[in-house]
Amino acid sequence: MKSRHKKLLVILLGLTGLGIAAALILNAFQSNLVFFYSPTEVAAGKAPSDRAFRIGGLVEEGSVKRDPDGLTVRFVVTDTSKSMPVVYKGILPDLFKEGKGVVAEGKIGADGLFNSTQVLAKHDENYMPPEAAQALEQAAKAQQTLVQ
Amino acid sequence: MIPELGHFALIVALLLALTQAILPLIGAQRGNLTLMSVARPAAQGQFVFSLLAFGCLAYSFMVNDFSVENVASNSFSQLPEIYRLTATWGSHEGSLLLWVLILGFWTTAVSVFSRHLPDDMVARVLGVMGLISVGFLAFLLTTSNPFDRLLPAAADGRDMNPLLQDWGMIIHPPMLYMGYVGFAVAFAFAIAALLSGRLDAAWARWSRPWTTVAWAFLTLGIALGSWWAYRELGWGGWWFWDPTENASFMPWIAGTALIHSLAVTEKRGAFKAWTVLLALVAFSLSLLGTFLVRSGVLSSVHAFATDPARGAFILGFLVLVIGGSLVLYAWRAPKMLSGGGFTWFSREALLLGNNVVLLAALGAVLLGTLYPLLIDALGMGKISVGPPYFNAVFVPLMAPALFLMGVGPLARWKEASLPDMLSRLKWALAISVATGILLPLTLDGFKPWAVFGFAMAMWILLTVLIGFRERLKNGARLSSLTRSFWGMQLAHLGMAVGVAGITVVANYQVERDVRMNIGDHTELAGYTFTFRGTTEHQGPNYRAARGSVDVSKNGKVLYELHPEKRIYNASGMPMTEASIQIAMFDDIYVALGEPLDEAAQTWAVRVFHKPFINWLWIGALMMVIGGFLAASDRRYRIAVKATAPTGAATQGA
Repeated sequence: MKSRHKKLLVILLGLTGLGIAAALILNAFQSNLVFFYSPTEVAAGKAPSDRAFRIGGLVEEGSVKRDPDGLTVRFVVTDTSKSMPVVYKGILPDLFKEGKGVVAEGKIGADGLFNSTQVLAKHDENYMPPEAAQALEQAAKAQQTLVQ
Repeated sequence: MIPELGHFALIVALLLALTQAILPLIGAQRGNLTLMSVARPAAQGQFVFSLLAFGCLAYSFMVNDFSVENVASNSFSQLPEIYRLTATWGSHEGSLLLWVLILGFWTTAVSVFSRHLPDDMVARVLGVMGLISVGFLAFLLTTSNPFDRLLPAAADGRDMNPLLQDWGMIIHPPMLYMGYVGFAVAFAFAIAALLSGRLDAAWARWSRPWTTVAWAFLTLGIALGSWWAYRELGWGGWWFWDPTENASFMPWIAGTALIHSLAVTEKRGAFKAWTVLLALVAFSLSLLGTFLVRSGVLSSVHAFATDPARGAFILGFLVLVIGGSLVLYAWRAPKMLSGGGFTWFSREALLLGNNVVLLAALGAVLLGTLYPLLIDALGMGKISVGPPYFNAVFVPLMAPALFLMGVGPLARWKEASLPDMLSRLKWALAISVATGILLPLTLDGFKPWAVFGFAMAMWILLTVLIGFRERLKNGARLSSLTRSFWGMQLAHLGMAVGVAGITVVANYQVERDVRMNIGDHTELAGYTFTFRGTTEHQGPNYRAARGSVDVSKNGKVLYELHPEKRIYNASGMPMTEASIQIAMFDDIYVALGEPLDEAAQTWAVRVFHKPFINWLWIGALMMVIGGFLAASDRRYRIAVKATAPTGAATQGA
């Protein structure tokens, strides 16, 4: 082979490799995206039943209860319009508190409970998780339009 | 008075930066030596005034001047002195000031260590760095003045975020910025080369040590950040694929590609346009990383809506720097002829392959980091891309990268022979595969990814050893090997150590969340953990419940750990302070969850067994030392003439 042909071959091989990499990346991307839904959207049946998603809002006052094992926690996430009961087993982040913002990742179980695999930590007392803030904002807007 | 002095110093620094940018660039274009000679004093003056401004801000923090808004928001009278000092760069404004200061430092370093460079080159490099300084100083002064007063003054500060009150966080930002900003030197060299049209082996030799040092600092900064997350976040993780982490990891990947591409440009005169492009990309990603983390856009893209001036400035600056440099590149790069032909199987080709893999990994991280932001900004909903995506993409991409890492340094430049390579590497290949398959059998459970990780770590280790052996066989003595060679080998070995550590900890760590009363115990990885209850503990600016956990093995108490649950006085913010017993082969990590019954002293307790986790930091440290070693090679210190590459092609890359 002439060196030009070899060069062409290397370039083609490189491009094929890149193409495969790109396909793998996009495929992994597609299947690992986690969407966010507010309790109102979940109540309206917009959330998927077969894949994990995130839910956010406020932890309803007085809703946090512990099972006797001490590690399973039940609480309710609300956007002040609709709410969603959540169950989580494990240690909660430091800033988890009733009346404060929270984001949980998980799936809806057959019992209608949101089985959370992860409750997200906030890094700052004043900072509301953006998803939770948005859920509250949307619910507030929806309520305003109802009043009008 | 002091804050106003600082503000004034910033303005002077801006004027000097303008001088440093404009006059030398014009001078270099017109061949006017007088204008070019302005570069050095202007750069050094700019550094002095940035340092003065930084000193003024640090002073305000040290004396608790709560009439300065930045101090009032980020410090606290009870904060220990060392954290008051580091609070200087804890905020958005302060960290940008640190950026400017470090840029001034690098610029000054270039102005001092460039005696043997042609005058027009120095003028262009310093001029371009001056332009970057102008951008940052203007941003500080117009949108993020760290010296803004608060009237009336606050009675006390709102305290530094408790998570940042840790000594890992004291040095993490300066090291990270040394890396980010260090790529500005590589960027400036690249722009200067495009402007002058002079892009030869000598150019690569000038910019190479700067780039390597910047890369080493960035490595150190990222490792420190990871180490901090491990110790402070209380979840025992060391990498979360969080956007703030990705922001520093992307320039690192580009930088890694760049130092390898520079090696080819220096030794063989090839890949010129590619090297220049990588230099532009590495710095662009550094800028992007700084702004992603520091603009608040990550916590909410709508942070810009509350302060449109900041957002507009940042976007404008990014477009100007990235767009401007790419346009210049598109215009000038086609005129650069790459020398040094090579065949498809040669060290050049292998390094090129490695570069391509690294860039694919970079693209994957970039997509996962920016796509959610883009979707959010367009109002198309909120999505998140978590660790599963990054792991699924990154780990397989590392397979060819790590494999090539072993082959590359042993292959000949220009043309390597496949049969020859096979005969040199067959034993290494066999031993690596055997290690990958056999080692997991001796451990707790057979994990497919562990096979891959162990095989790769062993492969790199063996190829490094072969590299030494072949040199010695060819008559070299250990003392006669160049620092470049030692540096490369040490950095590659560090990668092997890091890969081994990651493989073990990712596949064989165990954790358990348990409810514990006083006297309860739990077993994990052969250790018995006994909870001894908590006592009240008073810290300088917090109070804590301090737990006592005995760790024993075979009935003998080995360690007593004291995890804490702290409540910080100023913010009322709770924080978990884990207690970690560090050892060469395994860490024992205990964190307090929440009190389940305070009267009876019942707590949720989280215990981890983290085997080999320290190999990560050790490996990273070896890469850092390797980088500094390579950059201190003798050939960078002797004057080089702008000539074609010499016959040193057999020397290490």
